[in-house]
Amino acid sequence: MPHIEIHHDKVTDKEALAALCPFKSIEIIDGRLAINAGCRMCRICIKKGNGVFEYVEDDLPPSVDKNLWRGIAVVAEIEEGNLHPVTFELIGKARELAAKVKYPVYCLMIGSEIADKARQVLEYGVDEVFVYDQPELKYFRIEPYTAVLEDFIRNVQPSSVLVGGTSTGRSLAPRAAARFRTGLTADCTRLDISPSTDLDQIRPAYGGNIMAHINTPRHRPQFATVRYKIFSIPPKEEPKGKIRRCSVAPEKLRSAIEILNMKEKEQEKGIEEAEVLVVAGRGVKKQEDLAMLQELAELLNGKLASTRAVVEAGWINPRNQIGLSGRTVKPKLIITCGVSGAIQFVAGMDSSEKIIAINTDENAPIFKVAHIGIKGDLYKIVPNLIEQIKQQKAKV
Amino acid sequence: MKIAVCIKQVPGTAQVEIDPLTGVLKRDGVESKMNPYDLYALETALRFKQQYGAEITVITMGPPQAQSVIREAFMMGVDHGVLLSDRRFGGSDVLATSYTLAQGIKAAGGCDLIVCGKQTTDGDTAQVGAELAEFLGISHVTNVCRIHEVTESSITVDLDLPLHLETAKVAFPCLMTVEKGIFEPRLPSYKLKLATEDRPIKVLKLDDMEDRDPGHYGLNGSPTQVKRIFPPENTNTHEMWNGEPGELAGKLFHFLDDKKFLQQLR
Repeated sequence: MPHIEIHHDKVTDKEALAALCPFKSIEIIDGRLAINAGCRMCRICIKKGNGVFEYVEDDLPPSVDKNLWRGIAVVAEIEEGNLHPVTFELIGKARELAAKVKYPVYCLMIGSEIADKARQVLEYGVDEVFVYDQPELKYFRIEPYTAVLEDFIRNVQPSSVLVGGTSTGRSLAPRAAARFRTGLTADCTRLDISPSTDLDQIRPAYGGNIMAHINTPRHRPQFATVRYKIFSIPPKEEPKGKIRRCSVAPEKLRSAIEILNMKEKEQEKGIEEAEVLVVAGRGVKKQEDLAMLQELAELLNGKLASTRAVVEAGWINPRNQIGLSGRTVKPKLIITCGVSGAIQFVAGMDSSEKIIAINTDENAPIFKVAHIGIKGDLYKIVPNLIEQIKQQKAKV
Repeated sequence: MKIAVCIKQVPGTAQVEIDPLTGVLKRDGVESKMNPYDLYALETALRFKQQYGAEITVITMGPPQAQSVIREAFMMGVDHGVLLSDRRFGGSDVLATSYTLAQGIKAAGGCDLIVCGKQTTDGDTAQVGAELAEFLGISHVTNVCRIHEVTESSITVDLDLPLHLETAKVAFPCLMTVEKGIFEPRLPSYKLKLATEDRPIKVLKLDDMEDRDPGHYGLNGSPTQVKRIFPPENTNTHEMWNGEPGELAGKLFHFLDDKKFLQQLR
């Protein structure tokens, strides 16, 4: 088995060598260095240990024959009878990867009464879509869905399987990966493919403080999950691909899970839960003008929020106020419009992931916290932006 | 009823950084603690025990120091602790970890219900639960946010899905992963600390498992390999845009499009 060997004759400063390990797995036992079970084979000690530590790779398990596994498969996600956009995003990435190694792109579709969805994915450039349309598959339950994915993989033998990092995908992908005793990399933020057809998978760990580059060099298929909105939706094209209808014997679709009820969740969210916020500040001249910012917020699937001044004017519900005397927010995107950026306001929003500020005054303090500061008039910029977004939506 | 809860020792803070020059993890002041999501799994099992009667075993894989999270679980009211610790388990990825846990649970006598936290704060994959259920050949549900009813043969729970609250009845044996906030976790008790100080912890090594093939554990049993680790790029810079309103709006539109803020659900 591959392991790290310690050359005790080269050891000089034991404490310093033990301190190299970020996982505290190098111990000093009876005056000698030893590696304990916490070792994660990060090999930092090898790089930094001046030859004391050596990676010994013996009798590695043999690799599968990679030529027997071809193509990149995307598992479609159907939510409430509609294709989840993560499906198209994954198809776009799959095509990019497939082009590099001359592979076909497959799509697996699981559900009940989903025949019309197959054509929809072909428009995004899938070569072949495999449709399992059976009443037992109406709702996601782990055993029948895994049985279908297993059936698909055994018949098609794809090299890589991309699954949306949704609540169902994050349950289905690991289950299937374990069934095939193969590798799975969760929540990849970047994907590439090497000429050997190994996926280069980049994912964050430790809450995003570290990025890891992960390969599955000896096993197929390679499973990766990717969250929604990581990749881009490809442009539509004339469908050329094929649709293949498949099925699994009903006795393989049994489940220990019985779904008793599905209740739609309250979708009314507060500004704290919104991923996108458009904020109205003192630069907004009258109450009616909030409608324009509300429209922008809706186009971005977000919510309208405000500064204290706008609340005090009585134009908006105090629930929507950001700042020390309002709510603290941390959205993925915040666009402030006519907000000067008083310290009480900034304290409630400065940990937002992306801050865009529109203001006519180039000395406004908001520009100190903004990632993108736009010096300009919101009354000219916002309507123009809304128009462009609407045009884009009309095209899709 | 026998319940197993899988727990993990993780770094005490997520503020782990890499030295950009040397590529080495900075570990100043990084202490270990129980994965916070596991506290909810423990609390779920403990409520279960109070209401319906159950015997709870916690199981963890790690170096000998990982015993401390088992001691902490004892202080919360857990009955038994199993540590899977062997040099040959080192370097395990999701698959090898799940397989080792499955083997460990079998070797420790099996159970009717396994409760896991949503994810860990270090690996962050949220995938071990599903793989563990597969290796044990039992059903699983994720995102459990409420327990309705428990009978001899099944448990009825609410699953917190993106658009729905789904009520599902799951037959035992099964595995469930619980959401943060399903119950408020209790604090460790000093009385229980004193009472459980001498309680033995069962340590299982590879040779105690039903499957003793070292090729199925640790680095050898891990299909994925970490090629390298590196610090994330800081994409948040500060910039100022000046120009004509139309030009600025166009630039902003392309920025939003590029960053996928225009890719909406339906």
